[in-house]
Amino acid sequence: MEGLLAGLPGAMPVFLAPAPWEDWSLFGEQIVLGLLTGALYALVALAIVLIYRSTDIINFAQSEMAMFGTFAMWSIWLSGVPLFSNPWMLLVLAGLFGLGMGAVVERVVIRPVEGKPVLTIVVVTLGLFLLLNSVATWIWAQGELPKVFPSPLSVLESIKVGFATIPEHRLLIFAVGAAAMVLLGLLFNYTKLGLAMRATAQNPLAAQLMGINVGNMLTVGWALSGALGGIAGALIAPVVTLHPAFMLPVILYAFSAAVLGGLNSVPGAVVGGFIIGVGENLLATYTPRAIFGPEMSLPLALMLLVVILLVRPTGLLGERTVRKV
Amino acid sequence: MLRLEGVTAAYGPIVALRGVSLAVEPGTVVTLLGANGAGKTSTLRVISGLLRPQAGTVEYDGVRLDRLSPDRIVRLGIVQVPEGRQLFAQLTVRENLELGAYLRRDRAGIRQDLERVFSYFPILAERQRQAAGSLSGGEQQMLAIGRGLMARPRLLLLDEPSLGLAPLVTREIFRIIRTINEREGLTVLLVEQNARLALDIARKGYVLETGRVVLSDLAENLRRNEEVRRSYLGY
Repeated sequence: MEGLLAGLPGAMPVFLAPAPWEDWSLFGEQIVLGLLTGALYALVALAIVLIYRSTDIINFAQSEMAMFGTFAMWSIWLSGVPLFSNPWMLLVLAGLFGLGMGAVVERVVIRPVEGKPVLTIVVVTLGLFLLLNSVATWIWAQGELPKVFPSPLSVLESIKVGFATIPEHRLLIFAVGAAAMVLLGLLFNYTKLGLAMRATAQNPLAAQLMGINVGNMLTVGWALSGALGGIAGALIAPVVTLHPAFMLPVILYAFSAAVLGGLNSVPGAVVGGFIIGVGENLLATYTPRAIFGPEMSLPLALMLLVVILLVRPTGLLGERTVRKV
Repeated sequence: MLRLEGVTAAYGPIVALRGVSLAVEPGTVVTLLGANGAGKTSTLRVISGLLRPQAGTVEYDGVRLDRLSPDRIVRLGIVQVPEGRQLFAQLTVRENLELGAYLRRDRAGIRQDLERVFSYFPILAERQRQAAGSLSGGEQQMLAIGRGLMARPRLLLLDEPSLGLAPLVTREIFRIIRTINEREGLTVLLVEQNARLALDIARKGYVLETGRVVLSDLAENLRRNEEVRRSYLGY
């Protein structure tokens, strides 16, 4: 997301671009920066995959749920309660708020259309997208936009690590993103709840016969997905500033990442996120601005999406699902 | 004691059961016979709470089942081993078995039951770390039954355990079902196309036709029944 995050080397002539071999440390730096941003995409891709795996639908309201939550955090931050003025606290709250929001959305909005045709559910999530977007605009976008969102670390300061100059905030994105992913991995692989969630995603009928309350598992899935989205929103908001459309570019990259990795694969979402992050940085650095400038990176991610869906719909690590009737 | 009384159930406009009544006494093996579409699987689905009856009652030890959710019914000790196995194909054999014990909290008891399942089906112990989907058909059926046993059921509903299996494997599985019933007194309601094998291990049988019970008797009498011999035993 060059336009959002990458620190492009200063004034590059419009039709010229450096080649990697001219400056290997720049190359290395861009890869590191790409990996750091990739953690954000991976986080949101995971949020998409979590829901897709268990319900076979894409939650098109994912970005707006995160946006809504981040605005809510902004209000809490402004409320002046000392405890909530701490940006670290705000990150935690963003996760909790997302957790609750995901659960509520599943129970209130998705549950009534459960078992309906996929298109019905998709339209419902699109409706939710519009609803959240309008309500957020109504509540928060009356005054000045964009709004500043606080970060626990400086958005402007960088630190030097070996050959790379890394903005502090990106380290934060990576650290928090990686921690969330590790926690999720532990939950899935080493807890009974995680096992039950995997079982439900694979075979809901059999899961019911084991005595698993499948409805509850879906709620947990949506809640976790909401938490990941909420954290991602609060992580990126300090960089891109807050306005009702601020999550859209992130969700598009994340969606490309999820499809690249395989929509039903949890490791795939992580791998896809990192590949998109690195690819975006390298492309932005090593192609002339007139051809693939920053404004082209989003269309490119979408093109990639189309190409993957045409060539390899299961993505890199996705499982092919056979539907039996 | 499981008792169905006048159960009627349908899938949308398609009526599957038209007033089915039957009883399964504790400690016995009871079999449901019938052609495809006669309502055998639907009967099990109603008992498990996967299909809501439109009329009639399902009762187990005095508790009405027909309004409970599937997970509540499992909690009462009624466990179904479904048709087509329905394993968690990408999870390991061990994980499948652990999921069978999902509702239990007694760690020691679960470990014991794991050993017990392995003693009935030693091949499962060897293949613990393999994905369930990589097992052969017979092994998968053994895993499905083992998974059911891990819930420590009081009533086991077995749907077509012989489906798609070689005769030798089928006989082995039936032998184990009989052993479990005799040794542990486990109550079994068995749905089976292979009427001969089913009547061999059952004490009592019901014959279903187009959603109705048309015949019910002790297994030994059914084996001698002219109608059953012609339609289901093939001689």
